[in-house]
Amino acid sequence: MEGLTLARLQFAITTVYHFFFVPLTLGLSIIVAIMETLYVRSGQEVYKRMTKFWGKLFLINFAMGVVTGIVQEFQFGMNWSEYSRYVGDIFGAPLAIEALLAFFLESTFLGIWIFGWERLSKGLHATVMWLVAIGSNVSALWILIANSFMQEPVGFRIENGRAVLTDFFAVVLNPNIWYQFPHVFSSGLVTASFFILGISAYHILRKNEPEFFRRSFQIAAIFATVFTILLVLNGHSQAQHMVRSQPMKMAAAEALWETESPASFSLFTIGDMRNRKDVWAIRVPRLLSLLAYNQLEGTVKGMNDLQAEYEALYGPGDYIPPAIIPYWSFRIMVGAGFLLVALAIYALFLVMGEMIEKRTLFIRILPWAIALPYLANTTGWLLTEVGRFPWVVYGLVKLENGVSPNVTPAMLWISLLGYILIYGALIVATVYLLQKYAKAGPQATDAGSSINIDEPLPVAVKPQE
Amino acid sequence: MDLNTLWFCLIAVLYIGFFILEGFDFGVGMLLPFLAKKDVQRRVVINAIGPHWDGNEVWLLTAGGATFAAFPQWYATMFSGFYLPFFLLLVALILRGVAFEFRSKDENPAWRRLWDGCIFAGSLVAALLLGVAFANLVRGVPIDAQMQYVGGFFNLLNPYALLGGITTIMVFLLHGAIFLSMKTSGDVEARAKALAQKLWLPTVIACLVLLIATYLSTDFVARLGINPGVIPLTGIAAILLLGYFLRKGRYGWSFVMTCLTILSALITMFLYLYPRVMISSLNPAWSLTIYNAASSELTLRTMSIVALIFVPIVLAYQAWSYWIFRKRIEEKPGSLTY
Repeated sequence: MEGLTLARLQFAITTVYHFFFVPLTLGLSIIVAIMETLYVRSGQEVYKRMTKFWGKLFLINFAMGVVTGIVQEFQFGMNWSEYSRYVGDIFGAPLAIEALLAFFLESTFLGIWIFGWERLSKGLHATVMWLVAIGSNVSALWILIANSFMQEPVGFRIENGRAVLTDFFAVVLNPNIWYQFPHVFSSGLVTASFFILGISAYHILRKNEPEFFRRSFQIAAIFATVFTILLVLNGHSQAQHMVRSQPMKMAAAEALWETESPASFSLFTIGDMRNRKDVWAIRVPRLLSLLAYNQLEGTVKGMNDLQAEYEALYGPGDYIPPAIIPYWSFRIMVGAGFLLVALAIYALFLVMGEMIEKRTLFIRILPWAIALPYLANTTGWLLTEVGRFPWVVYGLVKLENGVSPNVTPAMLWISLLGYILIYGALIVATVYLLQKYAKAGPQATDAGSSINIDEPLPVAVKPQE
Repeated sequence: MDLNTLWFCLIAVLYIGFFILEGFDFGVGMLLPFLAKKDVQRRVVINAIGPHWDGNEVWLLTAGGATFAAFPQWYATMFSGFYLPFFLLLVALILRGVAFEFRSKDENPAWRRLWDGCIFAGSLVAALLLGVAFANLVRGVPIDAQMQYVGGFFNLLNPYALLGGITTIMVFLLHGAIFLSMKTSGDVEARAKALAQKLWLPTVIACLVLLIATYLSTDFVARLGINPGVIPLTGIAAILLLGYFLRKGRYGWSFVMTCLTILSALITMFLYLYPRVMISSLNPAWSLTIYNAASSELTLRTMSIVALIFVPIVLAYQAWSYWIFRKRIEEKPGSLTY
C-alpha cells in the first residue's frame, strides 16, 4: 500500500476508535453531574450511590478517551504535515484553544473530583463535576469547529500558497458548526442514556437493587426520549445543509448518479462504481426532494453531473467518493436513529406507567441496545469523513496534497500496526472492566475506594448473578 | 516585543510548565518499582500524583496545540520529522495514562503487575524520548530548503541526544524522589528520601557532562558567550544548593531547587534557540525561525488574547488543585483512591 492509503487508514482507525469513547464521556459527564446535583439538593443517599456507580463507569471510559485523543492531536503533524502547513494558520487555533479551555478544565477538575470526595463540601464537589462536563463538551465544540473548517472552509484567503485567516469569528461561527455540534452533543446524551438504560435493565431483570436501577432508568429514559428526538430532527436539518454545502456527499449518500428533479430516495441500491451507474435499485419517487427541501419539488444533483461540474471548476480528477461507504453508513445511522427513538419513547412510556418490571421482553432487549448509539456514532463519522473525498479541506486541499512527504510507508506501517495492537489490547481490558463493574452493581462502588490486595477484601467485586 | 516573540515565549512557558510538573510525575512513575514493596505502598506512590498527572500532561498537549496554531511550519516539520520517537512517546503516554485508571480496579496481582509495569516503562520511555527530542532541537537536525526533515530515524539517536535523554531521566528521577519525600509517609517516604540523597551526585554529573557536550557540539559559546549570563548560572547554583538542602533534610527547598534547575535549563535552551525554532544542520539559512514558521499576524493576535485570558485562569485552578491535595498520603488502604 502506498503512503496516502496507509495514512488515511490510520486516521480512520484511530478516529473511529477515539470516538468510541468520546460520546459516552460527553453525555455521561452531564448525567453524573445531574445525579450528584440531585444528591446535594435532596440529600438522598441513593443519588450519591448513583453518582459513584455511574461515575466509576464514566472514569474507565474517560481514561480511554483521553489517551486516544493525544494521538489525534499529534497525527496531523505526523502523517499530514503538508495539510498542517497549508491550513495551520486557521486549523491550529481551535486545537490550541481546545487544549487551553477544555483539556485543562476537564483533566484538572476530574482529578479533583476523583480524589476530592472527603476534601470538598458536597456542593463544591458537585460543581467540580459540572466543570468536568463543561470541559468535555467545550472540547467537542472546538474540535468540531476545526472539523467544520475541513467540511466548509470559511474566513480565509489564499496567500503564497497557504490558507491565511481573515476572520476568526467566521471560522468559529462556521454555518456547519450549528448543525454539527448539536448533533454530536445530542449523540453524547443518547449514548449515555442508552448505556444507563441497558445496564439498569440488566439489573432490573435480576431484581438487583430495584430502587437504585429504577431511578437510574427513569432519568435515562427522559434523556433518551428528549435527545433521540432532537438528534433526528437535527440530523434532518444537517442533511439539508449538506445538500447545499457538500452536494457530492449527499449524492453519494443517496447513490444518486444523475441529477433528478424532483429527486427519488433510494431504499436499496446495488451500484457499479466503475461505470457510475446502478445495477439494481428500488427508489421512492420525490422522497429525496421532500427530505432535502421539505417539499415534493426540488432538484438534487447527481454524482455524474457534480463530477463534470467539479472537473470544470478544479481540473481533471476523480471527485466521486467511494459511494458504498457513505451510502450504507447513512442508512445504518438513520436506521439506528429511528430505532433509538422508538425504544426511548417506549422506555419513557413504561416509566410513566410504572411498569418497567412487567415488560420483561423489552428489558431483555435493552442491554443489547447499548450497541446502537455506537453503531450510529461510527457510521455518522464515516459518512461525514469519507463523504468528503477527495478533499481534506472541501474544495481546497486534496488528500494526496496533505500527506507528509518525508514519512515512508514503512514508518506508517510501524505506527499503524502499533496502534492496532495496542488499541486491540486496550479495548479488551476496557470492556472487561466496564462489564465487571456494570454487572457488580452499586455495592462494589459504595465503599468509595478501590480494592486492596494486601489484606482481605473489604467488598468483593463479583457479578451478582 | 513582537507577536512572534510573544508566542515563542508562551510556548516556552508551556514546555517549562510541562517539564516541571510532568517531570516529577514521570519521576514518580519510574520510581514506583523501587520505592514500593507492597501493593498498598505502590498505591501510596501512585496516589501521590493521582489527582495531578492528567492535568500535568495537558501542558504538553497545549504546547503541541500552541505550536500548531502559532508556528504551523514548526509543528509540521517537528512532528513529521520526529516520527518514530513521537510514535513511541504516544505509545508510552497511552499505556501510562490508562494504567493509572485501570490498575487498582481489579484485585488480580498479575493485572496490577502489568499496569504497574506500564506506569514504569511509560514514564521512562516518555522521559527519555522528550530528552532526545529536545536535545535534537538544540543540536540541530537535517532540514532541507523546503523545511522538510530529511534525516531518518537513527539520525535522531545520536550520542548527544541520548545523553540529553539520560540526563532528563536523571533529573526527573531526582525531582520525583523529592516530590515523594514531601508527599508520602512511612516506608515510602524514608526510601524516597534515601534515594534522593543517592541520586544527587549522579544527576549533577549527568548535567555537567551534558553541559560540556553542549559547548563542544553546538555553537553555544558563539551565541551566548563564555559567561552565559545569570539564568544558566542560576541553574548551576540551584543544582549545587540542592545538594546542601538534601543533606539538611529540607525537602521543600530541595523541590524548589529542582524546579529552578529545570526552569533555568529550559530558559537557557530557548534563549539559545531564539529566534530559531528548529536548527537545520545542513544550512543555517534553512533553519525554521519564529518568522518563517509563523502563522499570520491575525492568528497570532487572536491567540494572544485567548492565551492572556486563559493561561492565568488555568494556573489559578491548577494551583488550587495542588492546595487541596497538599497533605501527605498515608499508608491507610481506606484513604487511598487509585
